[in-house]
Amino acid sequence: MKLENVPQDDSPTYAKMKKTIYAKDSKGNIQGKSSNGWEVEETVTRQALDDIQEHIKEAFWEVKNGNKSTLYFYMYKQKMDLTLLAQVTGFFKWTIKKDFDPKVFAKIKQNRLEEYCDVLGVEIDAIKELPNEPV
Amino acid sequence: MNQFKHTHHAHCESGVVSSMLSYHGLKISEPMVFGLSNALNFAYIPFVKIGGMPLVAYRSLPKSIVKNIKKNLKIEMKMETFSSVKKGEDRLDELLSEGKIVGAQGSMYWLEYVPDELSFHFNAHNFLVYGKEEDKYLVSDPVFQDAVKCSKKSLSKSRFSKGTMAPKGLLYYPVNIPKDIDFKPIISKNIKKLSKNMLNTPVPIAGVKGLRYLAKGILKLQAKDKKYAKLFLGNIVRMQEEIGTGGAGFRFMYASFLQEASELFDNNKVLSDASIMMLEVGDEYREFALVIAKSIKSKKEIDFQKISNMLFQIADNEAKVYKKLLEFKV
Repeated sequence: MKLENVPQDDSPTYAKMKKTIYAKDSKGNIQGKSSNGWEVEETVTRQALDDIQEHIKEAFWEVKNGNKSTLYFYMYKQKMDLTLLAQVTGFFKWTIKKDFDPKVFAKIKQNRLEEYCDVLGVEIDAIKELPNEPV
Repeated sequence: MNQFKHTHHAHCESGVVSSMLSYHGLKISEPMVFGLSNALNFAYIPFVKIGGMPLVAYRSLPKSIVKNIKKNLKIEMKMETFSSVKKGEDRLDELLSEGKIVGAQGSMYWLEYVPDELSFHFNAHNFLVYGKEEDKYLVSDPVFQDAVKCSKKSLSKSRFSKGTMAPKGLLYYPVNIPKDIDFKPIISKNIKKLSKNMLNTPVPIAGVKGLRYLAKGILKLQAKDKKYAKLFLGNIVRMQEEIGTGGAGFRFMYASFLQEASELFDNNKVLSDASIMMLEVGDEYREFALVIAKSIKSKKEIDFQKISNMLFQIADNEAKVYKKLLEFKV
């Protein structure tokens, strides 16, 4: 990488941040230089963010239509999935899946609900409510 | 209040260690920290999934930079984890009131100063806390261009995030740094160690073998659903370029380390040649990423064979750098 080739693509996915990349000058000396974006990275970040958004929207309608509990929505909303939620709560996946059932979730034990709230960063009086919009 | 000045680095953990040691009088560049801690690596672990995608890592395990620097430079470093949030919060306040700068581990996701676009669940992010102003902590996050501020609530949530690689509130700071460290023997020892590790990994999922394993994995995508294949390829690049500057970025950084090392050894030719070769390998990773990004955007069929071949080529060329480095003699 040459200093002058360090990309400056002003990527929106950098959110006005800059990154340091090591590159060489015309004499071959390697040094750090700031980059405000790279189109390639933007593509893959965008892809991952879109995938998350898609999950959030799907989950929103699943809950809205009464097929799933609000827990299912907040899991995706907080950029998690079943595997990650199981890791951070220490609960077995199959028990979490049960809580995705609105009927089961309505009768959830308080300490279990508190654990979900804690790891998802959602207030206890908000976790059983669906917001008006998915995002 | 201390006289700490924030520096923008390429990578969180090597950046924290460089800033921290430099502040304490041991001027050491980020690439030197990276090189001396043997941080370069590669692993492809298909059965470990993150966000539904297989684990692809371009560096050693989190915390290994701190641990290896401590060991290799014989620095006495205190590393403290906590059984409760309260204890972890109080200890940080105590250390800050003593004027210390403190390294900390936390989840990227819960740090309020991280913009949404960059905010993913990753428990092994590193940053320095260097003071407190009213109710906000002063944070030097090496991958951010400026110093930032963070509330107690957000900081604690991050430091005590749960799950894989849970930080448990980890705080670290040096208590004794030896004077007049002779870097030369440490450099030669670790260059050899890294080269051997990368060439002769006992398991086929790591090192140069791991790169070839991933190249084979890419070919298998031909039989998979197209959306999954694109996410899989995108994930490789994200792990490579975005999460901790990854593949190319780390090769560039290691090349910088080799250049610095070469100068210390009176412009040693083997090291300077290897540095140039490693820069070129970094460029190949960037090219590989570019081809993948184009395939993701394109509506045409993905040329898995081409992408896979590129990675095989990278593996071969990277192996050449390590073989070159094994020629290095003091």
